[in-house]
Amino acid sequence: MSEPAVILEGVSKGFAGLSRPALTALSGRIQAGMISGVVGPDGAGKTTLLRLMAGLLKPDAGGVRVFGRDPAEEAGPLRMQVGYMPQKFALYEDLTVLENLALHADLRAVTGADRERAFARLLEFTDLNRFTRRMAGKLSGGMKQKLGLACSLLGRPRLLLLDEPGVGVDPISRRELWAMVQQLAREGIAVVWSTAYLEEAESCDEVLLLNEGRLLFDGKPGAFTARLGARSLHLRGLAGCRRRALRRVLKFPEVSDGVIQGRSVRVILREGAKAPDPAGVDDADGSPYWVPVEPRFEDAFIDLLGGGPGGGSRLAERMRARAPTGDTLIEAESLTKRFGDFAATDRVSFSVKQGEIFGLLGPNGAGKSTTFKMMCGLLTPTAGRARVMGLDLQRSAGRARQRLGYMAQKFSLYGNLSVRGNLEFFSGIYGLHGARQRAAIASMLEAFHLEPFLEVRTDSLSPGFKQRLALACAVMHEPDILFLDEPTSGVDPVTRREFWSHINGVVERGVTVMVTTHFMDEAEYCDRIGLVYRGRLVAMAPPDELKAAAATDARPDPTMEDAFIELIRRHDSP
Amino acid sequence: MNTLLRLLALIKKELYAILSDPKSRKIVVLPVLIQGVILPLAATLEVKNAALGVRNEDAGGASVELVQRLGASAAFTRIIPLRDEREVASALDAQEALAVVGFPADFSKRLDTMDPAPIQVLLDGRRSNSGQIAAAYIAEISAGYFAERAGAKGVRGGVEPPVVSHRYNPNLDYTWFVLPSIVAIILTVSSLILTGLSVAREREQGTYEQLLVSPLTPGMIMVGKGASAFVVGMAQSTVVILLAVFVYGVPMHGSLALLYAAAALYFVTLAGFGLLISSVCMTQQQAFLGAFAFMMPAILLSGFATPVENMPEWLQFLNEANPIRHYIVILRGIFLKDASAAFVLRHAAPLFLIAACTITLASVFFRRRMG
Repeated sequence: MSEPAVILEGVSKGFAGLSRPALTALSGRIQAGMISGVVGPDGAGKTTLLRLMAGLLKPDAGGVRVFGRDPAEEAGPLRMQVGYMPQKFALYEDLTVLENLALHADLRAVTGADRERAFARLLEFTDLNRFTRRMAGKLSGGMKQKLGLACSLLGRPRLLLLDEPGVGVDPISRRELWAMVQQLAREGIAVVWSTAYLEEAESCDEVLLLNEGRLLFDGKPGAFTARLGARSLHLRGLAGCRRRALRRVLKFPEVSDGVIQGRSVRVILREGAKAPDPAGVDDADGSPYWVPVEPRFEDAFIDLLGGGPGGGSRLAERMRARAPTGDTLIEAESLTKRFGDFAATDRVSFSVKQGEIFGLLGPNGAGKSTTFKMMCGLLTPTAGRARVMGLDLQRSAGRARQRLGYMAQKFSLYGNLSVRGNLEFFSGIYGLHGARQRAAIASMLEAFHLEPFLEVRTDSLSPGFKQRLALACAVMHEPDILFLDEPTSGVDPVTRREFWSHINGVVERGVTVMVTTHFMDEAEYCDRIGLVYRGRLVAMAPPDELKAAAATDARPDPTMEDAFIELIRRHDSP
Repeated sequence: MNTLLRLLALIKKELYAILSDPKSRKIVVLPVLIQGVILPLAATLEVKNAALGVRNEDAGGASVELVQRLGASAAFTRIIPLRDEREVASALDAQEALAVVGFPADFSKRLDTMDPAPIQVLLDGRRSNSGQIAAAYIAEISAGYFAERAGAKGVRGGVEPPVVSHRYNPNLDYTWFVLPSIVAIILTVSSLILTGLSVAREREQGTYEQLLVSPLTPGMIMVGKGASAFVVGMAQSTVVILLAVFVYGVPMHGSLALLYAAAALYFVTLAGFGLLISSVCMTQQQAFLGAFAFMMPAILLSGFATPVENMPEWLQFLNEANPIRHYIVILRGIFLKDASAAFVLRHAAPLFLIAACTITLASVFFRRRMG
């Protein structure tokens, strides 16, 4: 093999004010001609690593060599050889596509005939020729990333650093981006693709897996998943409630992790353990049985971390049970929201019954949050109606909102208050006081493991604990309906499982949950999902039905993402 | 009861947020210190050590004696003799003299014969404020001189010239005049900034939506935000009042109860403006600029530094809508002359009207901006 493009030797980097270093003693190599994935949950240190390679940061200890040079000290000679696309686009939203390219060309001193040739090549490559005069701010998420990619490719870099290019991109554009990057790798460029989506790791040639600043694995993704052997199983043939089945399965000592996948429960067995007898797991008269399945990258990751969090929910245990009524609690009737000539939500209709988990699934920017905000009365619909418990929340009295819990997409608690301050405030405005308030706060602290952080400023919590606190503040007053907007974004896979244990638990208590997510696999937990694509509700059904509807001869057992892409294709060309 | 408890939770949070954050703590503490300490020193309204031009065509002794008396006052330490009109013009033009006094050729003669003896006073219009004060000094000194001469001659039936004495501020001590206004300005700044930024800050941080989906109504959110800023504003005013009375020795003639009642009313008026600004702004930066766009002209037109009576009539009319203008009148009244409740009420009436308008508008926009 040729000389590696990047060599990392024992690299450490910390930031003032953070309790643990962003990176600890990391060593690895990035090879030319392949895609190297820097994979890990948010806060794992991915961006820090990329910025170190781009020469924007200096390591505290250890060395970084890019093409044999120190990127921080010898930025000049490396500048033309390294392309860097930051996580938040390095684009000027008020400039057109062409002006953005010209700006980056100026910065990289690509001029004259070279510039003409480079623009023609890159616009062709990214298929942006039709949009050269459009403002960058008005491009879709996918097109923005393509433009960002084009800008970082000016000057023909030999090393391309892409920080989470898959975020905010719909599945189709994501595949197009992958195809582009794969072509670049074939041309001999060393591509670094960082991602929090563990399934993207499977498409990389090499993977650096990070968690909390430490390197967990370095090598081919297949080698990582192969460690699991035949320990990934599906429990099929369930007739009863799959949420209760999951909870029972997770009680087996042999099982280290489990998630719901459509009608099945997917589990990982502990090393050396045999699959337990599934009889008694189903609460109807089904006959559950184990089927070995292909292990996923995420399975191996969870297994490496010591398994999932278990299936219990202390939160649900303290909640009172609501009698099932079968009422329709949430209803959208050709809900539409236009901003100028752009329809963020376009004639969306759905209804959710009591005790159901209804999910809106789609990439960032598809219109999920807009729909969500209209349901909660935070946005006025341009047309159509949004009703919760038969009421328009925008006009309803505070009494109706008392029965609601809401968790916003962006972290929306008071960062300058302590954990206790936030809990006291939110319980206070929901009318809890005295002994009831103290009891509610105590049980939240216990359910979400927040006791050690009681007096900590909320700003300085890790992303996972911030989300836990946000959920705690949303459920403290025991709402009947929970609106959760991307509750698991920015959360590591283990905490995501914990969240879903809570969500599953409260639904068992008769709470109704409406949730949005851009994690395709999370949709599997929902009773029904609506696929949202460019403001439209493209399909709505239980997850298994959606997957079955999208099955083709070539792909008889599609993943949720396959199903999404297939259903969008059919929607676009009926 | 339940509503009140929810409101209390909100107020407690707001106060904590203002006082726990070092940045917003600075916004609360620094202006009080800076304005309380620096403004009284810098915003001097006295005329001291100024130069006075004298164009004397009179050959008699009276004009000379009057000039000596003018020169002996603390206001004018330098007398510039000017020979002709050209020198008069250039002395004023080059700002060598703040004012020029002109004595006509028959000045002494007229005085001797007890005819009216006019003096001409030319002022530098660019320094109209100090000029007016200087003119008042000149009038006072010459009136004293005329009275003395008339008395010495034992003129029968001579009209007693008016003796100017400044009631309520006998020594024309400018700190007496400035400090009550500073109470007004500090209350203005803090109420506008605190209420103006509070909603915008929540919008920026994304916490506003979390409030809107809670059982709190927009009205309760407004009251909660207003009340917490009110507590802070009152505390700040108290500091300046204490500074005024105990450090600068401004007499506090009026009733404290009236003073605080007026402050409370004024605060509500301003909080209306602040919440209005807040409800139409998306970011703290916008709110800040919005608050200043209101505050600068409002303070300049308030009569804090320049007399309202000198403004053009149409501006005086517009100024009726300026809450600071009314509040300063009330404050000076209470501080310096023990204004009666009736006086305060009369000047508070426009404030009631303005408050009703701003609060109504703010609550309308508050609701509308939810969509």
